[in-house]
Amino acid sequence: MLDFPRWKTIGISIILLLGILFSIPSFVPEKTFNSLPSIAQTKVNLGLDLAGGSHLLLEADIADLRKTQLANMEKTVRAAMRGERGPDDDIAIGELRVASNQISFLVRDQAQLDDARDRLFNETQGAGLTGQRDWSINIVDTTRIVLTPTSAGQTQAIAHAMDTARDIIDRRVNALGTREPTIIRQGNDRIVVQVPGLQDPAALKELIGKTARLEFRMVDANADPNEAAAGRVPVGSEIVPYAEGEGNGAAFEVLRRQVMISGEQLIDAKQSYDPQSNQPVVSIRFDSGGSNTFAKVTAQSVGKRFAMVLDGKVLSAPSINEPILGGSAQISGSFSVASANALAISLRSGALPVKMAVVEERTVTPELGADSIRKGAIAGIIATVSVLTLMLVVYGRFGVYACIGLVFNVFLIIAIMAAFNATLTLPGIAGFVLTIGAAVDANVLINERIREELARGRKVFQAVELGYSEASRAIFDANVTNVIAASLMFWFGSGPIKGFAVVLTIGIVTSVFTAVTVTRMFVAHWLRTKRPTSINI
Amino acid sequence: MRLLKLVPDNTNIDFLRWRKFASFMSFFLVAVSIALVAVKGLNFGVDFVGGQSVRVEFTQEMPPIDEIREKVGQIGLGEATIQQFGSDKAVSIRTALPEGDKTVAERAGQQLVAGIQKAFPTAKTGSVETVSGKVSEELIRTGALSLGLAIIGISIYIWIRFEWQFGVGALGRLFHEVSLTFGLFAVTQMQFDLNSVAALLTIVGYSLNDTIVVYDRIRENLKKYRKMEIIPLLNLSINETLSRTVMTTVAMVLALGMLLIFGPDVIFGFTAAMLFGVFIGGYSSVLMSTPVLVWLKVGPGSFVPRTSAGIEGGERIERKDDGAVV
Repeated sequence: MLDFPRWKTIGISIILLLGILFSIPSFVPEKTFNSLPSIAQTKVNLGLDLAGGSHLLLEADIADLRKTQLANMEKTVRAAMRGERGPDDDIAIGELRVASNQISFLVRDQAQLDDARDRLFNETQGAGLTGQRDWSINIVDTTRIVLTPTSAGQTQAIAHAMDTARDIIDRRVNALGTREPTIIRQGNDRIVVQVPGLQDPAALKELIGKTARLEFRMVDANADPNEAAAGRVPVGSEIVPYAEGEGNGAAFEVLRRQVMISGEQLIDAKQSYDPQSNQPVVSIRFDSGGSNTFAKVTAQSVGKRFAMVLDGKVLSAPSINEPILGGSAQISGSFSVASANALAISLRSGALPVKMAVVEERTVTPELGADSIRKGAIAGIIATVSVLTLMLVVYGRFGVYACIGLVFNVFLIIAIMAAFNATLTLPGIAGFVLTIGAAVDANVLINERIREELARGRKVFQAVELGYSEASRAIFDANVTNVIAASLMFWFGSGPIKGFAVVLTIGIVTSVFTAVTVTRMFVAHWLRTKRPTSINI
Repeated sequence: MRLLKLVPDNTNIDFLRWRKFASFMSFFLVAVSIALVAVKGLNFGVDFVGGQSVRVEFTQEMPPIDEIREKVGQIGLGEATIQQFGSDKAVSIRTALPEGDKTVAERAGQQLVAGIQKAFPTAKTGSVETVSGKVSEELIRTGALSLGLAIIGISIYIWIRFEWQFGVGALGRLFHEVSLTFGLFAVTQMQFDLNSVAALLTIVGYSLNDTIVVYDRIRENLKKYRKMEIIPLLNLSINETLSRTVMTTVAMVLALGMLLIFGPDVIFGFTAAMLFGVFIGGYSSVLMSTPVLVWLKVGPGSFVPRTSAGIEGGERIERKDDGAVV
């Protein structure tokens, strides 16, 4: 017991000192924190349930992605069969059908079948590690080609789309000017968005949930309104509904299928005001290719109407009064400043490659979060003080050492959480309290054991020595079981359970260190200097 | 200074005398809990059933629950579950999510908040939670999985570190604790959500602390007093660890009690469940976790290294009256 080597004392002191140093930044006010050198700028992040903010879980619509994938392939097939070297190079096809999981078509001239297959093969790409392509091409009934997406191809397409979606959402959320948003992919088809301190979750959802696929398409002037109402439209046209609250009474427009210009050709979009009506609008600018197309089409179609379509809904369908040159245009609709701004951000950041829907939302207002922190802190302090007092009353001097250990335990937990940039949530606070309980239990075990050994007539040093060594076994087993529980919680649990498990795991390690090693150091030092013949415990 | 002793020295209570009664009580309570869960069911939060939940705080006098229910009903999102938070002027209002398109669900959240703000202009809507059915199913699965695996993992560890009888005892005890806590949630109809699962896991961890302390002492005494009958030995072990059990329980009750009284209402249910778990844990350590060892015939041979000649004899140490080991 007396044998507590100097190097151990120094090592423990260094750890404790580091614990205090690393936990300090978590307590200082934000202003001071920002003025600290960057190495010291590590602190415990407060979870959204404490600090306030929004947590959104977005899920990609995989079915929609597959549909897009098939639609794109259909275009590719048509383009490939058209050939590069003019009409001589064309392969005549027919009966092109797109089903839910395959594209099939007929090659009219059987002699061109192999050529057709080769052209398509050149359009496919390797997917996965096995040399598999992203589409499989099969010839059936000697004249028909069937294209099916392979599973590796689909996996790759989803992964690619999700990465792109993540980047786009990241751009959109950052454009809101919010502080330190977290946007990460989760699992196969999900993205987690966490924005601290956000006041208006509805605006956030509006902003990131929008696919923002913008298209300019001509209104089909030949369509008969009555026929259209009955669902019959000219070939090459389709019925497109108005977005909610738009259209001044009209429910839909009949639009040409062909897209004049799409959002991909935008180089900028920003919220501004219509000079005539002073209504909020979105001003957009096209790249040079887009500007040329736009100028050409509008010059040919003066007096006709074109429609601005966003995510499959018509925003507005103005008449072309004069050719629109210079590559800039205005998107009008019944916008508020905020919604125009949101649309501008969405357009600037690009269209999401796949539809995303919010499947989980948790929002806590900053006031409620602040209230929880305040109450949690007060309750934590009262709880700690009560337990410390109890330890003092029951174990005297040994209780004092236990208390010192407990206080260091708190510092160490905070320091480690800060070093790992971990997040403290409400269940985390409960985990904190539990580890304090575990630390108390460890000291209770040791002290009770010392009492017992003294009662059995042992000398002071021997009783203390045995107290520590005999109790350590139970402390070890008890804490290993808790680590097992905590790690299973971390691996298999979600959200709050994870937050709880993190604090619990850190706390178990630190509490064993402070409750056993640190108190032992103090006790050993005291015994060595004072050499008491009896102790009060 | 005279120090406080929560348990007098040389306490010697014959706990095992009540083992039949305690076992009966435990079986009875487990059965009642299971029945309660089956009959009353658990009041699942949005985490587990999906739906949306808004926390509303009234800055002035809180209107009667029925009035709130009626006005929320008028928003047109179906029957609402309204629950008071602690003693505050705050309620949680929970409704189902409309079926169908995902965007319908998104809009419904805004609809609920807007509707509440219109009906009660002075109320503040604090937090909004929306969980779709698919996600809630996953949360149930991961919650149940982490609970089940934690229990199994821990029992295996105890089996390895002790003997199989102890593993069985621990498993039985965990089942007991978890069932009773579920019973508590069923009888109080406290909201059962992800935080509650964390509370359950904590109870599991805490009660294991207790089990291990007692089992560790039994193991130690089994090695030390090889000729002692098992029942007096178990009694001795429980009594020797009694002051620790009481002290730790008091400390935990103090800490959790303070958290319950002064802590934020968001963790009220969480803390209440843990407090309940601490009480059950105390009862189990003293009365419930040892009878199993008697039935499964844990004996002096349990921790003796086995040799080909059978149980190794070794030197037998008799316990002397003063308890000191010579």
